Amino acid sequence: MTGEIGQLALALALALSLVMAAAGLAGARANAGVSREIASGAASGFFVFVVLAFGALTYASVTSDFSILNVAQNSHTAKPLIYKITGVWGDHEGSMLLWMLVLAFYSAIMVFTKRGGARLTSAALGVQGLLAAAFLLFILFTSNPFLRLDPPPFEGAGLNPLLQDPGLAMHPPMLYTGYVGLSAAFAYAAAALITSENGAEWARAARPFMLMAWIALTLGITLGSWWAYYDLGWGGFWFWDPVENAALMPWLVATALLHSALATERTGAFRSWTLLLAITGFSLSLIGTFLVRSGVLSSVHSFASDPERGVYILAMLILAIGGALALFAWRGPKLEEGASFEPVSKESALLLNNVFLTAAAATVLLGTLYPIFYNAFTGMRLSVGPPYFAITFAPIFIALLVLVPFGPRLSWRKADLKAALRMLAPAFGVAAVACIAVLAMASPHSLAAAGAFALAGWVIAASAIDLRARGNLRNLPISAYASALAHAGLGVTLIGIAATTTWRSEALEVLKPGQSMQVAQYTLYLDGVETVQGPNYVADRALVRVTANGRTIATIAPEKRIYPTEGEAISDTAIRTTGFSDLYVALGEEDGNAWKLRAYVNPLAPFIWFGGAIMALGGLASLWSRLGIRATRRAETAVAFE
Amino acid sequence: MMRAGVIAFLSLFVASAAFANYDKLSDPALEARAVALQKELRCLVCQGESLDESNAPLAADLRRLIRARIAAGDSDDRVKAFLVSRYGDVILMKPPLMPATWLLWFGPLGLVLIGGGAAWLVISRARKRALRENS
Repeated sequence: MTGEIGQLALALALALSLVMAAAGLAGARANAGVSREIASGAASGFFVFVVLAFGALTYASVTSDFSILNVAQNSHTAKPLIYKITGVWGDHEGSMLLWMLVLAFYSAIMVFTKRGGARLTSAALGVQGLLAAAFLLFILFTSNPFLRLDPPPFEGAGLNPLLQDPGLAMHPPMLYTGYVGLSAAFAYAAAALITSENGAEWARAARPFMLMAWIALTLGITLGSWWAYYDLGWGGFWFWDPVENAALMPWLVATALLHSALATERTGAFRSWTLLLAITGFSLSLIGTFLVRSGVLSSVHSFASDPERGVYILAMLILAIGGALALFAWRGPKLEEGASFEPVSKESALLLNNVFLTAAAATVLLGTLYPIFYNAFTGMRLSVGPPYFAITFAPIFIALLVLVPFGPRLSWRKADLKAALRMLAPAFGVAAVACIAVLAMASPHSLAAAGAFALAGWVIAASAIDLRARGNLRNLPISAYASALAHAGLGVTLIGIAATTTWRSEALEVLKPGQSMQVAQYTLYLDGVETVQGPNYVADRALVRVTANGRTIATIAPEKRIYPTEGEAISDTAIRTTGFSDLYVALGEEDGNAWKLRAYVNPLAPFIWFGGAIMALGGLASLWSRLGIRATRRAETAVAFE
Repeated sequence: MMRAGVIAFLSLFVASAAFANYDKLSDPALEARAVALQKELRCLVCQGESLDESNAPLAADLRRLIRARIAAGDSDDRVKAFLVSRYGDVILMKPPLMPATWLLWFGPLGLVLIGGGAAWLVISRARKRALRENS
């Protein structure tokens, strides 16, 4: 029964998405009120049926209904309830349905808020409808989560144990909120082109969606990196894996888009460019989905891939990107309509921001796709790993960070560079002190780390200066914190990355119970290894006593878990953190009566994720001020005066 | 060809059985070199991971092979060259610079230069417009 309800709901959602597309686009004409009403109604219905379909799959998973193939393949009765729920999006079919659910949410928000007026909203809903229809066809024909299995098995096959983790459970919904949020920006950009209202209005209408997408991508990437750190068991936080790159590229472009749209809104500058970025951002989301889902790139965590699906997504990709670009070429703003500003101005700063961010995104794309093309043309294989990105991506991002403090301190159209430099002088002082302090105190000596700390000090101090300059801290509006927090977060993350990669200590030993090993200032004693029974796994748990200067400071218990259903072993690391430094211990294979223990001390590692959280807070501050009633009224007044 | 390579290199381990169950060199300097090397090399069966991180049996074999070659007095470059001759460039985390990778290595710089040039054009036009409006 559940399967049929889900199936039917998906079919109805498809029908309504087609209505939404047709009526929405028809509503883009002037005086097409009826079409617009129909589009809004269809979007609401579409939302209801997608929620119903998603609910049906969740219900089937929670009740372990193994007559549904997808549930039988990916669930198990012994799986804890939370992972029965989050396991819904742990596999390909379910994650595509989640994609659809997020799209439906954004469409509902569009209907509810009607930002940018009825006509623009209608056209945007039309575009969302087209995207929804394409994805629903994809789900129904290549990735149907409601296919039946007859006879149903008594037990399911279980879920990849790596995914049975709270951090990773929240990772896909975050990322998809980001990916699909960019579809809303894309829809508004396309709507602006369709209605020829391609001035500042669409950018203002789409900004909350861009912000939501950016916040979600920031949090999604941060969560993913944190998960990789504690779950994969070798203490790394970023691997330049194709799947990670697939999330990083839209983030870089979304960041560029937020900055460029700011100029478009305020002065009408870069109108074409902002439209193009909105199209590019979502295109990269689609490319990311394609890369992850098609199996074109085999990577550590591409757990559900299939070339046939890849061909469909590729076709969709070409239609969406090609269609949008053709629309842009046909209807885009004329070049002569550009804005006027002096070389020293906020516009120029934002332009440079965009040059570096898009070059950085393109570099990641180049490095990610190069092995595919190399293989296609030469028949040989090539790896593009972390050293490549350290040489190419890092310098571009460093150049960007050097310039970051200037943007907020320059005024529109014409700015005073000397005044800005004078104001930022204390930040330069902080950078110099940070650089000297690192060179003098930290060992081993590292010029690169000293430079990174100087850069981080420069960015963070400049954010503080920017806040002070905006007025009395007690009366500052929340929006004033947005850029300061987002920029400072970058500095905090940079500190974490630099410190961890430069001063990490690592040790790998094979210990018998009673033996000890040394890592940084700690001595680790293996007191014993016991067997523990979990809900759906059996674990070897090592009791590791941590001592420093002869005093016992903690006992930690890294585990090696065997999931009998899935036939896989994963290590559950033990991390003892002070907030400033992590002691990280992973239990490896057994060797006779001895155990392999991998231990790391990662100084300042938590800063990597603190920084991500601070950036997201900055985004939230901006979103909050945009959604606040007072801010809306002020914006409306501003529009009235234009 | 590939299979012959695998067999050839597996036969090496008969000689280096001393490293088979405990894969650490007694000389810390040599061990440090081995660890550094295995971070630059890719695990061939698990793509995203380096030899340093992988739990795959092949990666463990390669870790032992690296130590055997280092203990035998090979330089880092010779160990890498040996592995590349066996497995191809795919084993290197850092792609080599050759005509087929010029685009990969110089592309990013080209992108920044093109972007910078475009920005310069946009800014000079905006300035001309500003001058016209002011006059």
